[in-house]
Amino acid sequence: MKKLFASLITALVMISGAHAAGGALTLDKFPKERLTNVAALQNGAKLFVNYCLNCHSAAFMRYNRLKDIGLTDEQIKQNLLFATEKVGDTMVVSLNPKDAKEWFGATPPDLTLVARSRASHSGTGADYLYTYMRTFYRDDTRPTGWNNLVFPNVGMPHVLWELQGQRAAKYVETTDPHDATKKVHTFDGFEQLTPGKMSPQEYDSNMADLVAYLTWMAEPQAQTRVRIGVGVILFLLGFFFIAWRLNAAFWKDVK
Amino acid sequence: MAEMKQAPAGASTGEKLLTWVDNRFPASKLYKEHVSEYYAPKNFNFWYFFGSLAMLVLVIQIVTGIFLVMNYKPDAALAFASVEYIMRDVPWGWLIRYMHSTGASAFFVVVYLHMFRGLIYGSYRTPRELVWIFGCLIFLCLMAEAFMGYLLPWGQMSFWGAQVIINLFAAIPFVGPDLAILIRGDYVVGDATLNRFFALHVIAVPLVLLGLVVAHLIALHEVGSNNPDGVEIKAKKDANGIPLDGIPFHPYYTVHDIMGVAGFLICFTAVIFFMPEFGGYFLEYNNFIPADPFKTPLHIAPVWYFTPFYSMLRATTPDLVNVLCVIIGLAAVLNLVKGKGTGQTKVVGLAIAAVIIAALQVFEAKFGGVAVMGGAVVILAGLPWFDHSPVKSIRYRPNWHKIVYGVFVINFCILGYLGVQPPSPTGEVVSQVGTLLYFGFFVLMPWWSQLGTFKPVPDRVTFKPH
Repeated sequence: MKKLFASLITALVMISGAHAAGGALTLDKFPKERLTNVAALQNGAKLFVNYCLNCHSAAFMRYNRLKDIGLTDEQIKQNLLFATEKVGDTMVVSLNPKDAKEWFGATPPDLTLVARSRASHSGTGADYLYTYMRTFYRDDTRPTGWNNLVFPNVGMPHVLWELQGQRAAKYVETTDPHDATKKVHTFDGFEQLTPGKMSPQEYDSNMADLVAYLTWMAEPQAQTRVRIGVGVILFLLGFFFIAWRLNAAFWKDVK
Repeated sequence: MAEMKQAPAGASTGEKLLTWVDNRFPASKLYKEHVSEYYAPKNFNFWYFFGSLAMLVLVIQIVTGIFLVMNYKPDAALAFASVEYIMRDVPWGWLIRYMHSTGASAFFVVVYLHMFRGLIYGSYRTPRELVWIFGCLIFLCLMAEAFMGYLLPWGQMSFWGAQVIINLFAAIPFVGPDLAILIRGDYVVGDATLNRFFALHVIAVPLVLLGLVVAHLIALHEVGSNNPDGVEIKAKKDANGIPLDGIPFHPYYTVHDIMGVAGFLICFTAVIFFMPEFGGYFLEYNNFIPADPFKTPLHIAPVWYFTPFYSMLRATTPDLVNVLCVIIGLAAVLNLVKGKGTGQTKVVGLAIAAVIIAALQVFEAKFGGVAVMGGAVVILAGLPWFDHSPVKSIRYRPNWHKIVYGVFVINFCILGYLGVQPPSPTGEVVSQVGTLLYFGFFVLMPWWSQLGTFKPVPDRVTFKPH
C-alpha cells in the first residue's frame, strides 16, 4: 500500500513538473502598486479611451463609474465623451463587427473583463496584459505587419507603435536540451528599429497605468470589497471569541 | 374533537397564545422532539460541525439566490450582461453574487467533509441506512443543482461545460441521443437549454432538495445521532428514559454550532472578500468571456467539486474497460467457487456479471466512462451493505484500516487534481489506477472490512468534560 502511495505521489510530481515545463513565455510582473494610484488609473483611463476604445468596447462599463477613480462628471463629459453620448452610457463602439472581422480576422473582444478572463495559472490577467502590450514586434509575414510574443499571430496591430517605436524580435538557434540532434529557436530580446515618442521606461510606465485601469475596470469595487472584508473578518473574529466563551459557559455543566 | 388544553390561571399572553396554537398545531411538540428534547451524544467532535453548516450554506444559497433572480435574465442574449449588471450596477449585487458563487463551492466542501465523517464513524450502519441514503440523494441533487446553476452566467465554461456533460447522456445506449435533446431542448446548448436549466435550478431541484433535507433530518431524529465512538447511546438510559450520554440539542449543540458557524464564516467571508475567484477554481477565468458556440476553449475543465468523478470518466479508455471486464468476470467466478451464498445467488451473481461485461463490450468506451462516473456516485449508497466490520467507528478498527481510509481520501484528492489538469499520458495511467482503487475500496469492503483485530468498544461514549 505504501509503495503504491509513493508511486502515486511520484507520478503526480512528474505530471506537475511536466506541466510547468510546458508553459511558454514567463509573464512580466505587473507593478501592483499602480492599482491604488489614482493618477495612474486616470492616465490609464485616458489611454484606454484614446487608443483602445476605437475598436474595443467595454460594454458593461459606464462612463460615470469613472467618478470612482476621482474624475468629475464635467471632466468625463469634456474629455472622454463624444457629443451624442450620455455620462450614464456604457462604453460601446460604433465599429461594425462585420467590418472588424474583415479587417482583423476577428471581432475585437470586449475589454470590460479582459483583466479577469486573461488570468491563468501562469500569472494574473494584469501580468498577461502588461506583457502583451510590451511584446509587439514587426513581422512581415503577418497581414497587419505585427506579431506578438504572448499572443502569437494576434489579429491586432500594434496600435501604440508610435509611442513605443518599431521593434524586431531577435531569435537565436540553440540545441534542444531534450534532443541534441534538433535545433530550437529561442527568443533573445528585441531590436529597436525606429525610436518611439516615449523612452522605453516611459512606455512601460504608461502601459502599467493602462493595465491598472483595465484591472480596475474589470472589477471596480475590488478595493471596496477588500476594505469591507477586513472589517467583516475583524467582526467575525470577535463574534467567534464570544461564541467560543458562550459555548464554554454552557458546556461546563456537561460532565 | 381532540382534548383542548387550558393555559394555567394567571398565564402570560404568550403562554396563552402558545396553548391556543398547540391545541391546533404541534408547535411545542415539534420543538421538543427536534430541538429541546432531542438528545444527542455529548462526545461530538470537530467533524460534527458540518451537518449544521450544510444547512447554513443551503439557507445562504436560497436567500442570495432569491436576490440574484430579481436582476438575472435567463436569456442567452442577456444572461451574461445581466450578471455583470448585478456585479456593477445593483447595490451590493457583487456581494450577493460572490456569496452565491462561493456558497456553491462551500456547499461541496462542507458536504464532502460531512460525508467523510459518516464514512469514518460508520454513521450509515443500522439503523441509519435511510439517513445515509437520503444523504446520497441530497448529494445527487446538489450535483444537479450545481451543474445547472453553472450554466446560468452564460460564460465560455458555462456553455462548454454543459455541452460536454450533456453529451455524456447521449452515450447511454438506445435512448441516449434523444435524452440529450430532451435535456437541451435543442440540438445544441442554447437559449432553450438556459431557460429550462434556470427553471430547474431555481424551482424544481431546490424543492426536491428541501424535501430530502427534511427527510434526512426526520430519519436522523427518529434513530438518533451516531457519535465518534459508534456507541448507541439509547442502549443506556436513566429513570426518565433519557440516554445517559445524551444532552439536549438546545442549548448545548445550538451554542456549539454557533461557534462552528463563526469559524466557518471567517473562512467563507475571507474567500468572498479577498479571493472570490479562488485562483480560478471557484470562478473559472474563462467564464469571464461570454459564451461563444463557435470558439471551443483549449481546455474544458469542470468546477473542482466534479473533478474526481470527471477524472474517472476520462480514465475509462477501452483498455480500462477490458481490465474492468476481467475483474468483474474473475470476481463472479471466485464467488461461484468460494462464495458463501446459496447456489441460486451465485448463479444470479454470475448472470449479473455477464450482463455488465456484455454491456461494457457491446457499447462504445464512452458509455463505459459514463457508467463508471455514474457508478462512482451511486456506489456510495451501497455503503451500509458493503461494510461488514463488527464495529462502527474507525476508533475501534484495526490500525491498518485507517491507512485504507487514508489512501482512499488521498486517492480521491489525486483524482480531483487530475480532473482539473489537461489530459496527459501519465495522468491517464494514474487516474486509471485511482479509479480501480476507488471502486476496489467499496467493492472489496465486504471482505476487508471484517479482517484484522478489532479493539473492544466501550459501553459508554468517551468524553472528557471541558
